[in-house]
Amino acid sequence: MSGSPFAGLGKADTSARARWLAPLSIVLGSLVTLAPFKASFPILPPFGLMMLLAWRLHRPDLLKPWAPVLLGFADDLVSGQPLGNSMLFWTVSCILIDVLDTRIVWRDFFQDWLLAAGAIGFCLIGGRLVAAPLGAHVDTVLLIQVLISIALFPVLSRFVSRLDGKRRAR
Amino acid sequence: MAPPNNRRPGFSRRAQYGLFISYMIAGGGVLVGAVLLLLSMFNPPAYAAVRGAFSELVTPIASGLDWTRRGISSVPGGISGYFGVRGENERLRAEVTANRVLVEQARSTTLENRRLRQLLKVRDRAADPVVAARLVYSTASSTRRFATLNAGSWQGVRPGQPVRGPNGLIGRIVEVSPNTARVLLIQDPESIVPVRRLRDGLPAIAAGRGDGLIEIRSAGAAQVLFEPGDAFVTSGTGGVFPPNIAVARVRRRSRDIAEAAPLASPDSLDFALVQQPFFPEAGPTTGGARAPEAAPR
Repeated sequence: MSGSPFAGLGKADTSARARWLAPLSIVLGSLVTLAPFKASFPILPPFGLMMLLAWRLHRPDLLKPWAPVLLGFADDLVSGQPLGNSMLFWTVSCILIDVLDTRIVWRDFFQDWLLAAGAIGFCLIGGRLVAAPLGAHVDTVLLIQVLISIALFPVLSRFVSRLDGKRRAR
Repeated sequence: MAPPNNRRPGFSRRAQYGLFISYMIAGGGVLVGAVLLLLSMFNPPAYAAVRGAFSELVTPIASGLDWTRRGISSVPGGISGYFGVRGENERLRAEVTANRVLVEQARSTTLENRRLRQLLKVRDRAADPVVAARLVYSTASSTRRFATLNAGSWQGVRPGQPVRGPNGLIGRIVEVSPNTARVLLIQDPESIVPVRRLRDGLPAIAAGRGDGLIEIRSAGAAQVLFEPGDAFVTSGTGGVFPPNIAVARVRRRSRDIAEAAPLASPDSLDFALVQQPFFPEAGPTTGGARAPEAAPR
């Protein structure tokens, strides 16, 4: 506005609204399961988890390490998995991503996608082992669900960066 | 992309301890999650109250979404119905005349049946409906198959009651909160329904597979052959499900274990009907009253 070429300098180049928008959008992602169709096999991607991963990989500083515990609790209340499932698997995968962050230094989107793919696969397969008996015939549909979720991750990642919005100096 | 080094706290002791403590909290959260998970595996309805409270919050939203979807999906049918009503009228008139004979036959059969049952002194237990309500959403991203019903304990719904649609069995109630109830669908991998073959009364067990199909296992003799098209209805064994509700139809010819398609789809359902359990669990008074009657003398 002022026309000064140094107008944005010295300010954080991150948006303040992400502080509340990130948890809200992750919980809303978990609530996608309220969509009015009654599936007879697991087909809906875990949007809560995917939003969490997208925010985590987009803004590593934003969510506290313990945030997935509370977000996972909210997800467990509607997802139909036994309570504690997402609390456990989401937090473990976020801690693992933090550990990997100290190892992989330079980063591009495909590595982020790979990390997200690993986390989605880990959470969904872990949840299947915990929730359904081993003899259940859900493995094929689960694999399809994992693949759909991994394929959809870039879309959510773009969506999250759109939500975050003000990441350029103004 | 440059490395995101935002988690490194620098030389400040305070920041270092803060980061360390937040990771300790996260680790504690993992432990708490694991303990809750173990508890809920050994005692699945343990957190029914927590889930019920949350479900009270979100089910109105889901009911609104469901209502919207019904409204939108009924538009094409409404339009075609408007234009097709004349032809439909003629067709229905022809059908009424054709059905008249059948109805007469059925009436006489029913009368005869009632007379014979009276002769046999069969005591019929009518399964009283508790409430008719809508299924509003299901756990579409989970490997478990639960649906949520928008009626609960204030409408008289109790855990254990069977839920059916017009085409067949849907499932049974597992958790209840004041205005919502959670239904375990028959497609769930942990659902088991005692059934019998409609053709010859062969007893079997219908267990959910988790992928939308149902597994029919023969309960009695070995080497049972299931033919495609064999229909199975509830047998009433176990006392939860009333007898003669359609459950599933076998898809492929096989022995002892067959895969079957459920007859009622929870998605295309208008209303789900909650019924009383066929034989409620015997309390001390009813059990005492019934015992001498059934005891051998």
